[in-house]
Amino acid sequence: MSSQYVYVTYIRTTPKKLWDALTSPEFQKKYWFNMHQESSWKAGSPWKMVFEDGRVADAGEILESDPPRRLVIKWRNEFRPELTAEGWSRCVYEIEQDGETVKLMVTHSIEKEKAKLIEAVSGGWPKILSSLKTYLETGTPLPRPVG
Amino acid sequence: MDAVFKALADGSRRELLDRLHARNGQTLNELCEQMEMTRQAVSKHLAILEEANLVATVKNGREKEHYLNPVPINDIAERWIGKYERGRLKALSDLKRNLERED
Repeated sequence: MSSQYVYVTYIRTTPKKLWDALTSPEFQKKYWFNMHQESSWKAGSPWKMVFEDGRVADAGEILESDPPRRLVIKWRNEFRPELTAEGWSRCVYEIEQDGETVKLMVTHSIEKEKAKLIEAVSGGWPKILSSLKTYLETGTPLPRPVG
Repeated sequence: MDAVFKALADGSRRELLDRLHARNGQTLNELCEQMEMTRQAVSKHLAILEEANLVATVKNGREKEHYLNPVPINDIAERWIGKYERGRLKALSDLKRNLERED
């Protein structure tokens, strides 16, 4: 058994702008709780998610990269030992033009039933995607969530 | 946003979302086992939820898995809940949950 969450949002933008917002650290800081990611975004390259103060939150590797359509990240938590112990998860972004909007599907999964990692990120993804949508559609990110 | 409110304005559809919240990724057959209604009715409710983007589906071989997609509900919450209110509202909803758990 595995744990998997699937999130979908429709954004009035272009696949290219969405891809840039997902992969540029400057964009990420606007909608990702002030965190950013470091990678060259090519298959095989290392990937990490970095807190505002420079600590590494999550790390892994880019498994697939097909801009501006598909990105697969091998993802492991690095700052909570009980989550690090769960091992590797897989995060897939799929970007698809859908009429006047662009569909973004995020699938986050791990080969472990009732995984704490997936539970932990499941609180964050809806907020990140709402903020990303608002940012791309209005140019202004949502206020940073409290608590 | 109209589609989200319409989809949520039905007890059976909210129950389907509760079932997916309890166990994500269920097939139509699995959801039918727990619901006291015909397969056609469950299927129709799921289509309305999918149309409103409250349910996302993924094909897995011949099966179609259904996932609760809370993003539109979060969009609605973000629209009316300001950053200063959020902490207090979370404290209130935690209090309500704890009190209601007592009995």
